[in-house]
Amino acid sequence: MITTGLTPIITEHWDKPDLYTIEGYRRVGGYQGLATAMKMDPDAIIGQIKDSGLRGRGGAGFPTGMKWGFVPQNDGKPHYLVVNADESEPGACKDIPIMLANPHALVEGVIITSYAIRASHAFIYIRGEVPHAIRKVANAVAEARAAGLIGDNILGSGFSLDVVVHSGAGAYICGEETALLDSLEGYRGQPRLKPPFPAVAGLYASPTVINNVETIANIPYILDRGVPWFRQFGTEKSPGFKVFAISGHVVHPGIYEAPLGITMRELLEYAGGIRGGGEVKFWLPGGSSVPMLTAEHLDIPLTYEDMAAAGTMLGTGTPMLFDNTVSVVKAVTRWLDFYKHESCGKCTPCREGTYWITGVLEKFEHGRGTAAEVDTLVNLCSQIAGRSFCALGDAAATPYPAALKYFRAEFEAATSTSADEQFNPVASYVFAEAATR
Amino acid sequence: MTISAETRDQLRELAARYPKSRSALLPMLHLVQSVDDEVTSEGINVCAEILGITSAEVTAVATFYTMYKRKPVGKHHIGVCTNTLCGLLGGDAVYSALSERLGIGHNEPSADGQFWLEHIECQAACTHAPVMTVDWEYMDDVTPASAVAVVDRLARGEQVESTRGPVIRDFQATEHTLAFPLDGLVNDGVAVDAKMLVGLRLANERGMSAASIPAGDA
Repeated sequence: MITTGLTPIITEHWDKPDLYTIEGYRRVGGYQGLATAMKMDPDAIIGQIKDSGLRGRGGAGFPTGMKWGFVPQNDGKPHYLVVNADESEPGACKDIPIMLANPHALVEGVIITSYAIRASHAFIYIRGEVPHAIRKVANAVAEARAAGLIGDNILGSGFSLDVVVHSGAGAYICGEETALLDSLEGYRGQPRLKPPFPAVAGLYASPTVINNVETIANIPYILDRGVPWFRQFGTEKSPGFKVFAISGHVVHPGIYEAPLGITMRELLEYAGGIRGGGEVKFWLPGGSSVPMLTAEHLDIPLTYEDMAAAGTMLGTGTPMLFDNTVSVVKAVTRWLDFYKHESCGKCTPCREGTYWITGVLEKFEHGRGTAAEVDTLVNLCSQIAGRSFCALGDAAATPYPAALKYFRAEFEAATSTSADEQFNPVASYVFAEAATR
Repeated sequence: MTISAETRDQLRELAARYPKSRSALLPMLHLVQSVDDEVTSEGINVCAEILGITSAEVTAVATFYTMYKRKPVGKHHIGVCTNTLCGLLGGDAVYSALSERLGIGHNEPSADGQFWLEHIECQAACTHAPVMTVDWEYMDDVTPASAVAVVDRLARGEQVESTRGPVIRDFQATEHTLAFPLDGLVNDGVAVDAKMLVGLRLANERGMSAASIPAGDA
């Protein structure tokens, strides 16, 4: 088991300027996984991904092979693959880099996955605010089509596939897989009631697999190099490697690929530590929707199971780290403002609850909260968590209780002192003079 | 503005891209913005007509997604991420500086029709905080001064290059790209920068590699 050190795999050749072209990708072994896959029975590919233990990299960590296995076969309906490239989770910034640097890994994964689940149509739903990533992926699809890897009778296999690159239009909720399907069908992006699950009734009410960009980008490597190779990385329950995107008050923010099971402390060392030799005040392992942790949690392995045991989630695996200059009251208020803005309005707890939580939190940010309202907020969050239609509501109910657990005194102080009086906002700027910190 | 016969043909081409034509509505509305600088009522009606749905259904979609605007954006759309990470790392100061420079607030056009300012949500570039966008192309790692300088250069008609993308064109050109992404700019500018390579370079420096790990049954 390899759980430490950096292991560039998806990112291994990102420094080669033509990696995004089909020639560049092929030069480093690209499309060998596809060649292997097309000689296999589709069920054997599904079996191989199940055996690999690959878990979804979009945040929930659901086993990928199991998800594929839910698609009914020989049902006479068209099947669809939809790639969730709507990366919008605050703090998540690893799928867009994958698409910018290595779009053919995504396209190769799309072709293999479509073949395995017997889909003749695949869609790559990319958020609209990233035109350069959309260009790179659309170009990769066009190159693959010109090379006979997309279209009719791919590599003489009799398998045919069309791939459409689709631009979203600005709505965080469309990262929720059923809202994404409604959006892809040309409607407002609002979540659907489950069951039926997309594997049974997804796009156009047909069986549909929805996978995250990084999940799909893993597929060619697993097919090419095999399950035992893949399972050398990570842990029994969290096998493989992860494109960690580290942001915040670290000296060298950026992309670091490592086995699952590496600790935040080790990653932080690679990222040069906290600026100015400072300390972590709080950090989130994977997006604003997972509960925050503190410096005492830096040695917990970054796996799905260990993060869950610590009361949080691995999420998107894109750690955000904040140093002691940051007001947790202000950070949480800003996240809630985001959830309020992005609530789709379908269900009452989320639509109204995010409004109420944000309203109370803004009082704290301005130093006008009351001692009673510290608990009012707990109550409000508990009225949303588990009672909303989709995970966006649960996510909105997450930041405050987690922050209160570790920083209660800061909220209590915000009954008389504003966030900006407690913490000079200038000091948290990355371009701030050290003297202000 | 009127939707030309050529634009109608392009809208029909988008509708034909999908197994069910309504799936094309989001790209179609981007195309409408590329010719009208906003989602016009005429654009809504034409989309409805082509897709065989009501204008009310199209309006419901056009008003749900934040990238669609119901008044003219002007030449350049300026976005500043003010979500928690970017905002607290300096995006708030960047937004204030731009708001002061342009004399406009959130989701407002400037009087001269040159700029639209918006405080945007997470742009999936937190490693490059604070992040600004010009016509949705990345302008990474900005400061208040560098952000204002970008706007000043655009106002003077000077060439500005995205930090991870091509030379800035204008809002309508980007909207066209979102409908038809094969715009000939895929090779332009930088796509992979030092922050995207920081882990790879460190691994190479320290001799850490996954390539030495054997494939197959280890």
